[in-house]
Amino acid sequence: MAQKSLQHKLAILSDAAKYDASCASSGTSRRDARSGGIGSAGGSGICHAYTPDGRCISLLKILMTNFCIYDCAYCVNRVSSNVERARFSPDEVVTLTLEFYRRNMIEGLFLSSGIIRSPDQTMSDMVRIARSLRLDHGFKGYIHLKTIPDSAPELVAEAGLHADRLSVNIELPQDKSLRQLAPEKRPETIRATMANVRLSREATQERSFTGKRPPRFAPAGQSTQMIIGADATSDREILRSSANLYSGYDLKRVYYSAFSPIPDASAALPLIKPPLIREHRLYQADWLMRFYGFDADEIGAARPDGNLDLELDPKLAWALANRAQFPVDVARASQEQLLRVPGFGTKTVGRILAARRHATLRFGDLLRMGAIMSKARAFVTLPDWHPGALTDSAGLRARFAPPPKQLSLFG
Amino acid sequence: MIRVDLPRFDRFEAWRAAARHLASAEIAPEQILWATEATPPDLFGAAPWPEPGARAVQATPAFLTLARTVSSHSDPEAWGLLYLALMRGQSERGLWANPGDPLMIRLQALAKAVRRDIHKMHAFLRFHELASEGPRRAFAAWFEPAHPILQAATPFFSARFTDMDWLIATPEGVARFDGVLRFEGPSPAPDLPPDASHALWQVYFANIFNPARVKIAAMRSEMPLKYWKNLPETALIPEMLADAPRRLQAMAEAGASTPPAFAAKVTARLRSLEAQDLPASMAEARAQAQSCSRCTLCQHATQTVWGEGDPDAALMVLGEAPGDREDLEGRPFVGPAGQLLRQVMAEVGLDPARLWMTNAVKHFKFTPRGKRRMHQSPNGSEIQHCRWWLDLERRFVAPRLSLALGASAAFGLTGNHAPLAGRRGKIETAEDGGPVLITWHPSFILRLPPAEAQRARAEFAQDLALAQQMLADREARHSTQIS
Repeated sequence: MAQKSLQHKLAILSDAAKYDASCASSGTSRRDARSGGIGSAGGSGICHAYTPDGRCISLLKILMTNFCIYDCAYCVNRVSSNVERARFSPDEVVTLTLEFYRRNMIEGLFLSSGIIRSPDQTMSDMVRIARSLRLDHGFKGYIHLKTIPDSAPELVAEAGLHADRLSVNIELPQDKSLRQLAPEKRPETIRATMANVRLSREATQERSFTGKRPPRFAPAGQSTQMIIGADATSDREILRSSANLYSGYDLKRVYYSAFSPIPDASAALPLIKPPLIREHRLYQADWLMRFYGFDADEIGAARPDGNLDLELDPKLAWALANRAQFPVDVARASQEQLLRVPGFGTKTVGRILAARRHATLRFGDLLRMGAIMSKARAFVTLPDWHPGALTDSAGLRARFAPPPKQLSLFG
Repeated sequence: MIRVDLPRFDRFEAWRAAARHLASAEIAPEQILWATEATPPDLFGAAPWPEPGARAVQATPAFLTLARTVSSHSDPEAWGLLYLALMRGQSERGLWANPGDPLMIRLQALAKAVRRDIHKMHAFLRFHELASEGPRRAFAAWFEPAHPILQAATPFFSARFTDMDWLIATPEGVARFDGVLRFEGPSPAPDLPPDASHALWQVYFANIFNPARVKIAAMRSEMPLKYWKNLPETALIPEMLADAPRRLQAMAEAGASTPPAFAAKVTARLRSLEAQDLPASMAEARAQAQSCSRCTLCQHATQTVWGEGDPDAALMVLGEAPGDREDLEGRPFVGPAGQLLRQVMAEVGLDPARLWMTNAVKHFKFTPRGKRRMHQSPNGSEIQHCRWWLDLERRFVAPRLSLALGASAAFGLTGNHAPLAGRRGKIETAEDGGPVLITWHPSFILRLPPAEAQRARAEFAQDLALAQQMLADREARHSTQIS
């Protein structure tokens, strides 16, 4: 077989990585190259480019190889796919990362891989790349390693020393779907790997009896991804799964990836248009759970089938279904109540709480402070504004939802 | 008018010194002209500066940070607004901390535009490698920010790229780094040589794009067109978009393909490892239980928590179900309740390594509450389903005595779910015939108020001691029979 060029391998192995939603580079420990090496990290991440699919490029997101012995129906790299295969050498990954980094194109590396030969073999190659970047080149940028479930705990332990973030994909929101569509993957070992990462992270937060802190372990935490729309799970079940994952493994993020058609698709899954709006609503709902004090069942209860309203954002849908709790008095309401007003974000609520100590807030003040009053006005009272019957009016939903599509008689 | 000439670089420091001076003399904002190199000379000549006044001028660190950021805005009015806010803040307590004041809202908006522009410079600037004569590699970039942010934005690069020489040219001036960061006035855009890594980057950009999920508006809001002309990758976007429908069509038409011949072999080899027979040993049972899905608890629990200890033990200690800690570690009795159990066992002389410790239900049951998981007791059906594993464990261990901790364990062994209060400290018979001593669950003791907990703990210790005694008696009887 002729040797593939670096360009050709990069094309294959970045194409193979494009289904992974995560590309974040934020929230790790602060460091820079003033004492040697190259690179810096910490604080908020930087998106260096955006592709026309609206997603950002922060990290060089590639697969080490797309050879894989597993046969996951939703994955373009499954063993039964006829996609062209390639494999980077560890040096090639290191060089690409450093050269792109020097030109200010990326914040670091997000390395994932198909499973070659065995989980341990694959994981140890990935760890070797991270080790080389950190120790041979003094790389201070961001490294995200996609942990291979079923690989040895020692390998995960070493990965955590070099990587900022570790992740392992839960893949599908329910175990039975995973057993069906990814017969070689096991939900219990995926979760055990997450538990292991959590315990390792906790262990590094305790000082030893000499007062010394152990080396940091995956300082940017861990994340996971699930594919949306490849099985029949409802949004409520998806959000429940997320809530369980957040509470169990101290995850930084659950990423939702709308199942999108893949070349050389498996007969087990239809080639559908990816449910992008549903994916967006799930991210909004996830946000409500993490920053607004909502729980999965509250959000999922807005519709009888347990799916999110595609026309309205989940907070507005929740407010419309729970109008008895409105309107709230902005001058007196608690932080928890304000956070539930549609059109008020966490920043706006912070500003309201700070500003109402100094002055009486009026409609115009809220507008200037960034509140989206077109949404909020039906749900709040102010000295110069009362929604009257608006809060309970039958037509309130129609004010927010896009107009119904009518069949034209004259096409 | 008092004219203050602000220099090209270090403008904020110059503004700060002038503002402090003028504010101390209580000069009104409308009497000051804040001038930069672009401001034409004043037609009527500038008024002389006053002597510094007696008033002490104060500012909070938060206001100074805001002012420093605003000072990089291109709006010439920004300087006057900052001075106005400084003056007003001297008498209006709380102005700077009030996010609802229109002046503060305006300044925050200016600061936000500057921060965004700095962020975009950190994101969208691209270095090209230059031929280098020295030992260090050399790079250069051309960037056109929307505001004069060169000095505010470049320390980021000098902390990140320390082992190479670089220069960043902008219409406002040039930043040069060779170990030390220096600023110079503007010069024409440098001639940047082609760089092979830029071509590779284009390959990456084109291939990381998923043609099935085009969202042009999202891309353009984050990567505004004004930055496109200096990015190597954006030239590809029109073609990528134009080709997306064709690629989708081709995927749909190609449909499912015939898997390569070797695939079935690989898959068969991997799946053959999973064939399951009735377990013939404790190790086999444990391995099979790892993928148990007899009830729905496995869906959210981390893993099956199997029993541990001596597989030939005379005493089996049975708890209810694993808790949060047990679930994470995959081992029974490692959480707070387990610690209490081990403490009391040590007090009465029971060695955990010589027992078999397990649970009636092998999966953790919980409800998520924010970042915590609240334990829930398994229900009757879950205990029944898990009997399959408990029965196997009991067959392999064949204990002479079982100790049931709490009502669920008692129910799992005896099938009797009567309240525990009247049963504690007594012997019942397991459904498989063995004797079962009933006692409290240590987590119950942990939940009691101190006085009651003390009593329950004593009863618990008494029961454990009784178990210890019963085993010793049996042992003694057993050995006399033999001798």
